[in-house]
Amino acid sequence: MAEERSPVTAGSGQKLFQWIDDRFKIGALIEYMSGKVVPVHGHSFFYYFGGISLFLFIVQVVTGILLLMYYRPGADSAYESVRFIISNVSFGWLIRSIHSWSANLMVLAVFIHMFSVFFTQAYRKPRELTWLSGMGMMGLVMAFGFSGYLLPWNELAYFATRVGTGMAGALPVIGEQLMVVMRGGEEVTGATIGRFFGLHVAILPGVFTVLLSAHLIFIQRQGMSEPIGWKDKPDSEKKYQMFFPNFLAKDLLVWLIVLNVLAILVVLFPDGVGVIHWPLGTKADPFAPPPPVIRPEWYFMFAFQALKMLPAHILFIEGELFGIAIFTIGGLILALVPFLDRKSTREQKSQVFKYFGYLVLLFIIVMTVIGYIVE
Amino acid sequence: MLRNLTLFTLTFALFALPAMAADSNCLSCHQDFEEQDGPSHKFIRDIHRSKGLDCVDCHGGDPTLEDMDDVREVKGYRGVPSHAEVPRFCGRCHSDAAYMGQRNPSLPTDQLDKYKTSVHGKLLFGKGDKNTANCISCHSVHDIADSRTPHSTVYATNIPKTCGRCHADEVYMAKYNIPTDQLADYQQSVHGMALLERGDLGAPACNDCHGNHGATPPGFSSISNVCGNCHALQWELFDNSPHKIAYEENDFPMCETCHSNHKILRPSDDMLGITEGSVCLECHAQDDGNHGYETAAAVAESVNKLLVAHLGARALLNDAITKGMMTTDEEFRLKEVESALLETRSMVHAFNIDSVLSRSEAGVAKADSVTANAASLIDEYYFRRRGLVVATVIIAILAIALYVKIRRMAG
Repeated sequence: MAEERSPVTAGSGQKLFQWIDDRFKIGALIEYMSGKVVPVHGHSFFYYFGGISLFLFIVQVVTGILLLMYYRPGADSAYESVRFIISNVSFGWLIRSIHSWSANLMVLAVFIHMFSVFFTQAYRKPRELTWLSGMGMMGLVMAFGFSGYLLPWNELAYFATRVGTGMAGALPVIGEQLMVVMRGGEEVTGATIGRFFGLHVAILPGVFTVLLSAHLIFIQRQGMSEPIGWKDKPDSEKKYQMFFPNFLAKDLLVWLIVLNVLAILVVLFPDGVGVIHWPLGTKADPFAPPPPVIRPEWYFMFAFQALKMLPAHILFIEGELFGIAIFTIGGLILALVPFLDRKSTREQKSQVFKYFGYLVLLFIIVMTVIGYIVE
Repeated sequence: MLRNLTLFTLTFALFALPAMAADSNCLSCHQDFEEQDGPSHKFIRDIHRSKGLDCVDCHGGDPTLEDMDDVREVKGYRGVPSHAEVPRFCGRCHSDAAYMGQRNPSLPTDQLDKYKTSVHGKLLFGKGDKNTANCISCHSVHDIADSRTPHSTVYATNIPKTCGRCHADEVYMAKYNIPTDQLADYQQSVHGMALLERGDLGAPACNDCHGNHGATPPGFSSISNVCGNCHALQWELFDNSPHKIAYEENDFPMCETCHSNHKILRPSDDMLGITEGSVCLECHAQDDGNHGYETAAAVAESVNKLLVAHLGARALLNDAITKGMMTTDEEFRLKEVESALLETRSMVHAFNIDSVLSRSEAGVAKADSVTANAASLIDEYYFRRRGLVVATVIIAILAIALYVKIRRMAG
């Protein structure tokens, strides 16, 4: 079989490139990448939120690994080790603050990314699996947030986790068992930290990496989604930019801006600000009375508030159970939208799903606001 | 038949007999002609009645009789005791350990014995003084309440007012030739404000220093014992200090000499030293032949030095807190400084400069350490901001360079 020659033969490091190319044929990959284009239109701005999410995930991994060097899971050591990180480890405060801020910004970026894909119907054929892998990652991001919140083992984290895991106990049939499995016993204890720690630093990152790899491969194979109606436009009205290097350079520019925003937030508000805050406070004490206001993190607030507002019984089922059932149905509709929205498959805009999206978005915003206004 | 008769008898015994007993003729007659605040009406809420006692248990007589004249003829009728008879009248039960053991074993039975030793008891029994206080003067009569209930006249927060009814009355107390400003003074004192304004039941009322049934003013030499009941550390230090002997020799009333008695104000550092307002200057003067003046100056300086160090550390730490720095460790250390300040102030009662210095210098060293750490936290705060500026500049340069590159590529 004749050796395939790479088209890239000039430039610095030619020998090194040639050495690698002889073994891995990356020239073909670069050629493929060089041919990739990204459509330019009114909503192009939203293309960057996938990249922002990816950048913040990388920040999470790096700062998470650094935190791991000093963090000690356990009821007798978790709080003390976090306190040690903040007050004694050089730049420990910086690493913890970056980890916390980028976690929150990542959730926000993932939400924006998900809704922008939803409203532009970019989930339609042939990107069903890209959407599903993205939805899976969004669920994992929420799980990252929930499991990471407990790890400092402070008062707020303890009681919020007790409430959060308690909600799982409301599920029918498996609820009680699920709660015990999550907590590692009947109550939130040191065993719960062990489970959440393992979940946070091993299981979730492992699964997330698989989904992320699949997501990125799908995107690279299929390219950026074009808006509905784009195909029918005359070529003169279609505008594209090269993925490499134009779009990638813009992506890098956005990453730099996000990095700067992150640096400003971290230095000015190391413990967070407003409703997004993570002061270490006092150590968790299972025998202490719960604080007057127990609130979950802002991205769980809509669900928490909605469940709180439901009456004890709706028809013949418990209010909390009814709420969980509604959330499950809503989540399923959202996850399966590429298969439910038949119009988008035919390159047509779907009003039903657009209004469903507006309803979900409005519900999340209203419930979150009520959650912070009402004591 | 026998069964039915037994049931009837039991039912009668259970319900009818107590009902008959409750319908005492004493109350029904007296309530008819007495005003609403008369004894028979007040007695409804008296603790003795709630414990099952009736008029006859104190006054004697027969509650089944309807004519009052007949009642007075009954053997054992005691009627209304005179002022001087009241203590023994109450003591019939309250000094009877066997009787009280059945009714209320936790209540002491030495009230009458103590009363006899009190100034009140001596005036009553020794001089027949009808103005002096007896049991009902303090506890009231016919509406006596448990002293642990807030409406009792001898509940902790009501005691100053109860004692003050006589002791703050200039006319009433005129013949005894004693001051009547104790209540007014007490109300302004640190103890009075704690008890009466903050409702702190741990603060002493009149009886905690003077005793209750054995009420008497503490003698000069025993004042420190009385104060020492609560202020044990200060008492111990004072007891081993050179002042103890000097006060005894000069008949000075121990703690009261510096702190006064009823108007004990919150002690302040101004009481120390050789400046105006210092209590040390009441006795000591420069070149008076002892080291009191110099010791006073050194003690005040030592306390002040620690206070200044503490306030400086506190201010700097507050600044670090305001700047959002992690100060938990330093706040904990500052608590140790506060403890050292408290210890130093207590150590003043030893009137020995070495004892005071040992505490204050340790405190100053800790305060200095907190100050240094707080200062480095504030430096760290500015270092972070400088770092942010540098990082922002670098990122901005990179971003601008990238932007220019993107523009060129687009061109």
